[in-house]
Amino acid sequence: MSHRSDIKSLIWGAILLLLAACVPLVANGYWMSIALTIAMFTVLATSWALFSGPTHYISLATAAFFGVGGYLVGTGMSDYNMGFWPMVAIAPIVGAVLAFLIGIATLRLSGVYFVIFTLGLAEMIRTLVSWIQNNFTGSRGLYVLTDLTEADIYIYLVILAAAVYLAGWWVNRSRLGFALRIIGNDETVARHVGINTATSKVILFTFSGFVAALVGALIAPRYTYIEPNGVFSPELSFIVVIMALLGGTGRLWGPIVGVIPFALLQEFINANYSNYSTLVMGIAFLVIVYFLPKGVVGRIEQALATRRRSTW
Amino acid sequence: MVATVLGVTNATKRFGGLVAVNNLSFEVRQNEVMGIIGPNGSGKTTMMNLISGALRLSEGSISLDGRFISSLKANQINQRGISRTFQLVRVLPGLSVTENCMAGMVFGHRRLWGDQARYEAGKLLERVGLSGQAAAAVGSLTYIDQKRLELARALASNPRVLLLDEWLAGLNPTELQEGIDLIRSLREEGITIILVEHVMDAIRSLCDRCIVMAAGAKIAEGSPDEVLSDPEVVKVYIGEDV
Repeated sequence: MSHRSDIKSLIWGAILLLLAACVPLVANGYWMSIALTIAMFTVLATSWALFSGPTHYISLATAAFFGVGGYLVGTGMSDYNMGFWPMVAIAPIVGAVLAFLIGIATLRLSGVYFVIFTLGLAEMIRTLVSWIQNNFTGSRGLYVLTDLTEADIYIYLVILAAAVYLAGWWVNRSRLGFALRIIGNDETVARHVGINTATSKVILFTFSGFVAALVGALIAPRYTYIEPNGVFSPELSFIVVIMALLGGTGRLWGPIVGVIPFALLQEFINANYSNYSTLVMGIAFLVIVYFLPKGVVGRIEQALATRRRSTW
Repeated sequence: MVATVLGVTNATKRFGGLVAVNNLSFEVRQNEVMGIIGPNGSGKTTMMNLISGALRLSEGSISLDGRFISSLKANQINQRGISRTFQLVRVLPGLSVTENCMAGMVFGHRRLWGDQARYEAGKLLERVGLSGQAAAAVGSLTYIDQKRLELARALASNPRVLLLDEWLAGLNPTELQEGIDLIRSLREEGITIILVEHVMDAIRSLCDRCIVMAAGAKIAEGSPDEVLSDPEVVKVYIGEDV
């Protein structure tokens, strides 16, 4: 990739982020709430795809890290009288440490075993936190009371999204990004060309854990009341995967192409046919697997490539 | 006396009760082409996997330039200067031809990056006869071209020792001759080569020395002509009472 196209994509990214930051100026309460959901899933799906996109390791542990972030803010503020911001600083570090440990433990697993392990692990953490809360800390719910508005949280998430995009842009141009693509193609070859596969995978997995926990912490004030079964909901992990795959994980900006339509669709379904939201998720899964295995972005690029060839 | 580059001492590999490699010892000298031959299932590929670090030894040791490498992982062994091709071709389908070649020179014995890596990859692709294919999709390459690409990737790390696992298998006579010439030219550049091969013409024209394996053990060692006329070797290949 040339330096010129690098600079061009950076400028485009900056313009789009500035536009995104202007949303609170024009949006009313209803649309602000949807924009916040979109911002949250954009960060989650993009950071998820940084690891899972090139390596093809499908992680269902997003909810574990997200939940840890939200729960830490809740318990810190309710049980230990901590401020919101100190907890926001602690949460991602705990998320990163947790992701690091999980990464080390799951290095030998691949394919479906990795998927199941991460799902099981997220459930285990949820149960564990519920159990600790029921038996030791007394209350079951936790209050997160701040004077932050949805627009404030939205801006924080847009800034975080900018940081994630910048990190992803850097990774994609680095040896680390190249190593991850080789790992995703053939891990045996990766080892035999000198790549420390374990280190490369753990670095990216830890980063995605860090980001998910930070998102969980930042968005906690939106819910006001934090309950383990809510913030650790496995549905969140699935939605993040669906959104990222719908958009396409081959490009850094792929996931957001899936996040926006899916978030809008979900909002529409929840508002009108709330009993069918799980059904919609299932259908979305089928559509992606059958018709869009490389996501919307992959399909568009494929179409462009065919057109270029036929115009020759 | 030429220095020993790779030394294998009492190498043994067990898979449960099966002894795939049994107490095998040999040395490969600087700039030598060493052949490992033997019937199917005699443990040749296992031996290659032990050297490259794909498998761990059960007993014994392997050294490169006098330093033990048998406790190292595959990526560390590659960084010390041993690179390989695979018996069943393993190209990276999601990467371009150039990137496949670059994959070998970014993390291993040689660590190039960016324009320099791209430039070196171009030179290597030309070297193995793929210069016209740099922009092609990896999946559309023919079998022989995929093998060439894999060789380019192995060479990309500028290895001290190159392991070729049946790299010449499945080639037609013209391609075979090209392949043999290519390997010979690598040796002239100073690379030490170990090859597992069934193509006897290639063994005779390329190898300085051979070891013959049968049921995991070494049954003969010497020049290709010596070992191929050894009655013991003839017996394992063709059977008794010839």
